[in-house]
Amino acid sequence: MRRLSLSWLGALPFFVYVGLFLLLPTAIIVVGSFTAPGGGFTLANFSGIDKPFMVRAFTTSLSVSAVSAVAGAVLGAILAYAVVTGRPDGMLRRTIMSASGVLAQFGGVALAFAFIATISTVGFVYIFLQQHGIDIYPKGVWLYEPPGVTLIYLYFQIPLMLLVFLPALDGIKPQWREATQSLGGTTWHYWRYVAGPLLAPAFLGCTLLLFANAFSAYATIAALLTNGGPYVPLQIQALLTSESEQTQPGLAQGLAFAMIVIVVIVMTLYALLQRRTSRWLQ
Amino acid sequence: MAPETARNTAGVEVRLEDLSRRYGTVVALDQLNLTLGPGELVALLGPSGCGKTTALRLVAGLEEANGGRVVFGGKDVTDLPASKRDVGMVFQAYSLFPHMTAIQNVAFGLQLRRKTPAERRRRAGEMLELVGLSGFADRYASQLSGGQQQRVALARALAIEPTVLLLDEPLSALDAKVRSRLRDEIRRVQLDVGITTLFVTHDQEEALAIADRVGVMQAGHLEQLGPPTEVYSRPATPFVAEFVGLTNRMPGTVRNGVVEVRGTDLALVQPDVANGPAMALVRPEAVSLTADGGLGDGPLVGTVIAVAFLGATSRVTVDLGDLTVLAQMPTSQAADSPAGTRVRLALRPDPVLIQREETTPTAS
Amino acid sequence: MNRSQRIKLRIFRIVVLVLMGAFFLLPIGAMLEFSTRGNSVDAPRTLAAWTQIAQDPPLLKAIGVSVQLAIITSLGMLVLLLPTMVWIRLRLPRLRRIIEFICLLPLTVPAIALVVGLKPLYVWININVTPSVQALAFAYLILVLPYSYRALDAGLAAIDLKTLSEAARSLGAGWFTVMLRIVVPNMPSAILNAMLLSVALVLGEYTVANLLNFQNLQVAIAYLELVNAGTSIAVAVAALLLAFILLMVLTLVGGRLQQQHYIPGQRT
Repeated sequence: MRRLSLSWLGALPFFVYVGLFLLLPTAIIVVGSFTAPGGGFTLANFSGIDKPFMVRAFTTSLSVSAVSAVAGAVLGAILAYAVVTGRPDGMLRRTIMSASGVLAQFGGVALAFAFIATISTVGFVYIFLQQHGIDIYPKGVWLYEPPGVTLIYLYFQIPLMLLVFLPALDGIKPQWREATQSLGGTTWHYWRYVAGPLLAPAFLGCTLLLFANAFSAYATIAALLTNGGPYVPLQIQALLTSESEQTQPGLAQGLAFAMIVIVVIVMTLYALLQRRTSRWLQ
Repeated sequence: MAPETARNTAGVEVRLEDLSRRYGTVVALDQLNLTLGPGELVALLGPSGCGKTTALRLVAGLEEANGGRVVFGGKDVTDLPASKRDVGMVFQAYSLFPHMTAIQNVAFGLQLRRKTPAERRRRAGEMLELVGLSGFADRYASQLSGGQQQRVALARALAIEPTVLLLDEPLSALDAKVRSRLRDEIRRVQLDVGITTLFVTHDQEEALAIADRVGVMQAGHLEQLGPPTEVYSRPATPFVAEFVGLTNRMPGTVRNGVVEVRGTDLALVQPDVANGPAMALVRPEAVSLTADGGLGDGPLVGTVIAVAFLGATSRVTVDLGDLTVLAQMPTSQAADSPAGTRVRLALRPDPVLIQREETTPTAS
Repeated sequence: MNRSQRIKLRIFRIVVLVLMGAFFLLPIGAMLEFSTRGNSVDAPRTLAAWTQIAQDPPLLKAIGVSVQLAIITSLGMLVLLLPTMVWIRLRLPRLRRIIEFICLLPLTVPAIALVVGLKPLYVWININVTPSVQALAFAYLILVLPYSYRALDAGLAAIDLKTLSEAARSLGAGWFTVMLRIVVPNMPSAILNAMLLSVALVLGEYTVANLLNFQNLQVAIAYLELVNAGTSIAVAVAALLLAFILLMVLTLVGGRLQQQHYIPGQRT
């Protein structure tokens, strides 16, 4: 018994630390979002969410996340296939893998600037195309609108997809294609009945991960849209930095809680799909 | 040619004619000629990189030949893709589709052939029964042992009623006990169905046990092709002698068509060998020993240094001073000569192969 | 696969890699181009924006802050996480799933949401502990947990920790010696991996610093954009290239260490 309690002591610093800086803040959010200004349980903090601009923030955030996740997943999977059909220990593959490791983390201020320097009206590519008679903004500048944000997000979504989807592709055994062939199947049959169904859970799971990734992103849009915009993270920012917190003290917690709930649901589905994938494609 | 035994021969003749395959400058297969009789099981045996797997993949259509033809029952299939050849193939391992149950795996080829669901189920069920796995129809690959997976793979390959059955080291990923059981099982099923079969392996025991004929390959060509007993007891080349079974290399002298090894004259397998020193390749079973008091000295007298118990037989290692010789004999005999015993060896006068240094085959 | 399929695949690969390469390299090239622009349309290329970096005290201070935070965070991560993970593996294996769950938890709590909960905590820290920017390391240690945990877990999985530590303890080594002389030397690439991932994450962190009103590198860059866009982009691209170099070194060195330590004698 004494040994046991001593053993627990060894893990104590860790638990104290994460208790203070991870679990306590999370608890503050959860409890705070259900607490009335004067104390006591309330759902009033969520009532702000049904205001039109909040609804718009959620629909914009969700749709940009969804579109960038699906597009990133498709393009990332294509890139992953191009990589996986090369030499497994080749220089190309190693370079692309480590570059993706950097780029998948490359959200934020620098990323927003990179696209401003590229396709804003002072951007290199915009000016170049302009000089050659191509106007990428015939109906106005869309860089700062949802299509632009989606495009920018692809810059980290595609590499992230490559990193998380490649192991699944690596798990596809050449024998399966050859077995399909010898059983009389064509390339179409192989993709339709073997590779497709095998990769589907992994693909779906990775798409969900990309969704959560985009939905959680804050720094990129914060740097791009210095005056704010219809995105949930920017609404939280506005509440945290302005005086409006005094008028609606629980709303920031309510929004944060809603974000966490959405991400937890998505990540749980992702984990379930990953488990299936790992059973099939070790 | 194939032995003319009375057996169920639904199979067709399979011919490999001058089949060649290069990878860049490496010649993997060098004008291989091989004919499998209807219903015959031929095992291709050799070390890795000898071209045996390449030969099988060319027959399957999974790779394209640089030259030569593949003929199934008189029909040239060289230019047909794998999906049109009607071959049943069993791979080394992990070839079952992991998202399908055993019966779905077996039925997959029938599904591609647009058979009705009822017919697929009936045929797949029969095949699973044939390999003794009726009770496992709804298991996934991850719920089956390695041996069971290979049985399902065999059932899957046979379900489409292929012209030829190709087995690519199907037992090499299994542990020893399962391996020998499944080996006999494969042979039983093959005889049952009567299908012409090419079996590729690097395990000589497996090849000798299962095949009608064994082809020993090295560096892209056939060294010897013949019934297992012939390949074992009358190896055509030193490479075959060394690769198939254990061999003692004993120095001797060739004189007028016989080789004299430590005072014993042995007949030669190869005719017309020039006189002079040579290595004789002597099988351990051709070495017997007597343990007596007062042996005196002699070129074949030595000391037992180890006895390895192999079950019904035992292998005795004898130190002759300048040479170590292996002898294999029934365990009851070996019991008379424990380690440390002085023994006299006798060489059975079977014809032996000899090897000269300049003809030593180099490992490829 | 036959000849025409092989050619088709090769064309497919080239097209994909060229298009993707363009998509990923253009913005970086555009940043370099932008940061070397002159003042007017016809002005020649200039490195003025880059030389400005050295003459901007707030920016230099922010760079120093971020470097300090990176060092504190990666060392703090090691001190907190590695002994705990070793201890759990050896003495409390039942807790392994819980530790893993906690370490991966920050992946499901968006940083922007976590900040909401951290804010009151930092108000308290500001008043009662320290108002200095280094306090950000407390939060950063949480943000790097998932990545560090995975890297260290992979390293620990590759060594037979139980046997090694029992052998060392039977020779009279204490826990501290086991950690320092047995565990650390046996997983250099995993430790390097965990530390470099932490460094990269801290150098790129904006969310928490910005919303808790601290000036780190990224906050300074974002602010500078409004004043001197060229210089801010120059710093941004420099930080990105630094991250690239760090992780490329990691891939190359990591691969070599891995070979030396875990799979000796294996063919390459």
